[in-house]
Amino acid sequence: METEATRVMRVGEEAKGQLEEVGVSEERIFVASQWQLMWWKFRKHKMALVGGVITILFYIVALFCEVIAPYDPQSYSAAYKFVAPQKIHFFDAEGKFHLRPFVYGLNRERDPETLRATYTEDETKIYPIYLFAPGDPYEFWGLLETDIHLFGLKTNEKNATLFLIGADRLGRDVFSRLAYGARISMSIGLVGVLLSLFLGIILGGISGYYGGSMDMAIQRAIEFIRSIPSIPLWMALAAALPPHWPPTRVYLSITVILSFIGWTGLARVVRGRFLALREEDFVMAARLVGSSELRIILRHMVPSFLSYIIASMTLSIPGMILSETSLSFLGLGLRPPAISWGVLLQEAQNVRSVALAPWLLLPGLAVVAVVLSFNFLGDGLRDAADPYAR
Amino acid sequence: MNEDQLLLEVKNLRTYFFLDEGTVRAVDGADFEIGRGHTLGVVGESGCGKSVTAQSVLRIVPPPGRIVEGEIIFHRFLQGDGSSVTQVVDLTALNPRGGEIRSIRGAEIAMVFQEPMTSLSPVHTIGDQIMEAITLHQEVSKAEAREKTIEMLDRVGMPKPTQTIDSYSFELSGGMRQRGMIAMALSCNPSLLIADEPTTALDVTTEAQILELMRDLQQELGMAIMYITHDLGVIAEMAEDVVVMYLGKVVERADVDSIFHNPQHPYMRALLKSIPRIGKKSRQRLESIKGVVPDPYAIPRGCPFHPRCPDFISGLCNREEPAFSRVGPGHSARCHLYT
Amino acid sequence: MLQYIFRRVLLTIPTIIVISMISFVIIQLPPGDYLSSYAATLLQQGDIIDAQILANLRQRYGLGQPIYVQYTKWIWGILHGDFGQSLEWQVSVASLIWERLALTLALSLFTMLFTWLLAIPIGIYSATHQYSIGDYLFTFLGFVGLGVPNFMLALVLMYIALTFFGQSVGGLFSPEYMRAAWSWAKFVDMLKHLWIPMIILGTGGTAGLIRTMRAQMLDELHKPYVITARSKGLTEGKLLWKYPVRVALNPFFSTVGWALPGLISGATIVSVVLSLQTTGPLMLRALTSQDMYLAGSFLFMLSILTIIGTLISDIVLAAMDPRIRYVE
Repeated sequence: METEATRVMRVGEEAKGQLEEVGVSEERIFVASQWQLMWWKFRKHKMALVGGVITILFYIVALFCEVIAPYDPQSYSAAYKFVAPQKIHFFDAEGKFHLRPFVYGLNRERDPETLRATYTEDETKIYPIYLFAPGDPYEFWGLLETDIHLFGLKTNEKNATLFLIGADRLGRDVFSRLAYGARISMSIGLVGVLLSLFLGIILGGISGYYGGSMDMAIQRAIEFIRSIPSIPLWMALAAALPPHWPPTRVYLSITVILSFIGWTGLARVVRGRFLALREEDFVMAARLVGSSELRIILRHMVPSFLSYIIASMTLSIPGMILSETSLSFLGLGLRPPAISWGVLLQEAQNVRSVALAPWLLLPGLAVVAVVLSFNFLGDGLRDAADPYAR
Repeated sequence: MNEDQLLLEVKNLRTYFFLDEGTVRAVDGADFEIGRGHTLGVVGESGCGKSVTAQSVLRIVPPPGRIVEGEIIFHRFLQGDGSSVTQVVDLTALNPRGGEIRSIRGAEIAMVFQEPMTSLSPVHTIGDQIMEAITLHQEVSKAEAREKTIEMLDRVGMPKPTQTIDSYSFELSGGMRQRGMIAMALSCNPSLLIADEPTTALDVTTEAQILELMRDLQQELGMAIMYITHDLGVIAEMAEDVVVMYLGKVVERADVDSIFHNPQHPYMRALLKSIPRIGKKSRQRLESIKGVVPDPYAIPRGCPFHPRCPDFISGLCNREEPAFSRVGPGHSARCHLYT
Repeated sequence: MLQYIFRRVLLTIPTIIVISMISFVIIQLPPGDYLSSYAATLLQQGDIIDAQILANLRQRYGLGQPIYVQYTKWIWGILHGDFGQSLEWQVSVASLIWERLALTLALSLFTMLFTWLLAIPIGIYSATHQYSIGDYLFTFLGFVGLGVPNFMLALVLMYIALTFFGQSVGGLFSPEYMRAAWSWAKFVDMLKHLWIPMIILGTGGTAGLIRTMRAQMLDELHKPYVITARSKGLTEGKLLWKYPVRVALNPFFSTVGWALPGLISGATIVSVVLSLQTTGPLMLRALTSQDMYLAGSFLFMLSILTIIGTLISDIVLAAMDPRIRYVE
């Protein structure tokens, strides 16, 4: 005869057994930390994962651009003006399979009608592509001197070229310039957003937490800044930069200019969160226990909206990248010899050149890819940011 | 109940929700009847399927929910050309978006919801929403509709009806909003009013007023009420017949006296025992039902109440679902104790 | 309601004043002035200008005076409709900017209309047919639209038009209407050319709007008041438009005005690529050559346009959403 206690235990076990059968791991969800919950939710978002991976790939290129680019981005030669992207082959003209991919040499001819140079493949000259091949010397981040590139041709023969996505007006390798451009374009986004973050959190926080006249004043300022159309404003500010300034100073000034408007968006998000959180009971509870205002802000409120901040930041970066690209495209931002995707696209402004060499538009594709990836990533982060919303 | 007294019959209703995580059997065997002009109380814990039952009657179950089995027979009272005819319609067979169910909704079966603030449109006036119900089902001019609306608002005890008709829901108090909802539901004189926890969001005094209002209107208009709540006190006051639900199944049904004085199903018995009574010695522990309501994705086999049942019979209650057994006149319970 | 309007209008006045000051200051930021950059350009070409002539010119244009004097002169002139003189083109700024401003405004407004007419139905469809093929398709297109920068799209379109159709795209008017006075025929001609820049400008905005509308609709579709409406016997179509759409649209009325700065911005850069006769190309040129009054007036007027736009949208929002009027 079983007792009441053992019966309850047995029934409980049975029920749990059934629960496990169905695969519901409620227990795990109850004890997971906020970040774990966010990660699980984020993982479900396939597009966000893809976006994240692509973004990381681009940042790797930006970090290691000197290694990844097969050529020095500034080295030019009239002999290679507007070479089309070269094909990579595994099978040669006789049908023989080569383990190592290769490119053919270039045959340069002049078209008698248009007087333009045209290039055809010289199938007699085979140049295999090697990994970690020596090439143009460079300084890695200005620190380490070396000449090993991720891939390249080992030869220095004339007309042995590896233009993966073609050459530009001055015979410069577009792929190498694209890689170097990644470093500038992608970092401007980061630096600009960090600046905006700084301004946005401080001003938005004051606005939301203290309210009252401070809030009114800051809100008016935000509205006012947003009333000025951004591109004309940036144009005007960028035009104010003296043309003789060194590229780094121009770079920093551009990021400051971009953040000038950028912080308003973030400030609004922060303010909104602060306003909502201020009324929450847990804040009042903390106050009643005797926590100082600073402790309340840092320990209790910030973790609540940290996730929103991260999501907002990720969504602001593509905006910054686009802005820099637009400005440089117009000739107002970075200028040659600095290399960014916007500068590269400036060459494509002339429709005639683009018609001749459509591969000049490829930096634009890079911009699109990066912007889309950031958007997907940001979307996923924003969805995951509220881990308690099922 | 007599055939000509029947208004609504629900037979073996099953409404399931098909989600990614699994199938939730929100209503899993509901059987009851509502007589013309009578009040049926539907009582049960949160999540037992009472609201979904009501939604199933009106065919407004939100996707991914669907009625998978059962019948809902509605005895429509049609009047025209001096003669009155009763038409029998199976509501489950109707197209949920079709014209027939829409002609029944609002006109013959109307519903009042729990939270009047969110159940009324924030950007339309109360008057607009009530007039919409009227013009949808009756052939009247706009002016006539407006007059009827003011009349209706007056009947439900709304102060200054000529002014409140043009107010927005956020301008009114909770009690007034609920009166507005009731006015809207009754504007076309339905034969059945489904009230889904209409007073849960109100304070006790307002609740008493609304309950009194509903009783008076019922007498006046001769309509039936299906009153859904988790509050046993309200059931005792309002209902003539009671239906108890647990995890989507009707587990006991009887008239209100039998339910309170002679409950047969262990769940109902436990519920009644758990009500704190004034006068009991303060040292005694409060009785509660052991265990918790199971996860809706993992409903126990057999009788759903068995893990918490004090009269659990091993080998039977956790294997087979009990069928309804008669335990008295007009009183049945779904329990193996009686099969 | 009138009180609200009055207050809002009053608030814009200090904003306008501050913007005028800022516009002017920004224009003054580049070191030197028009004459020094003009001289520098001449120098590059091998010409040298006589210092005395330079000084005379400086005197004539008032370039040597302190900044607040120049500012006051400028504002005074504006209040009389005189925007100053364009140093480069030697004509009054007013004659240069009005037509271009009007065209920029027209382009922005038409694009906004186009964006709305397209995005709202698509957003509603996406929300009511969630997870359907159509929904995924529109979401994807939306993302692409968001990701591709305006000027890229313009470039690509120009390239395609040139290579495959042998046509050059650009300009807002056919040659015969370029200098003509305004007439109905000219207006029609403009519309015929407008649709290309409109589509280019609109893609980004449409994509964003679709996503927002979809999100708003999804929020509202499952709210209790929709269920109430259904329980009264309304048809699905009628109840969709009367209730959730109406409520979901509310935030849009407030974004109407705020979309204007973005559109004007975008119009600026697209018009440079397509060589349209709007403010973009001329402003760019004015900035690089430091044609002070021209550039400043452009910046100022563009901001005014935006402010008026946001004012109108705030008023429209208050008219449409009774909650704002009563709570404020």
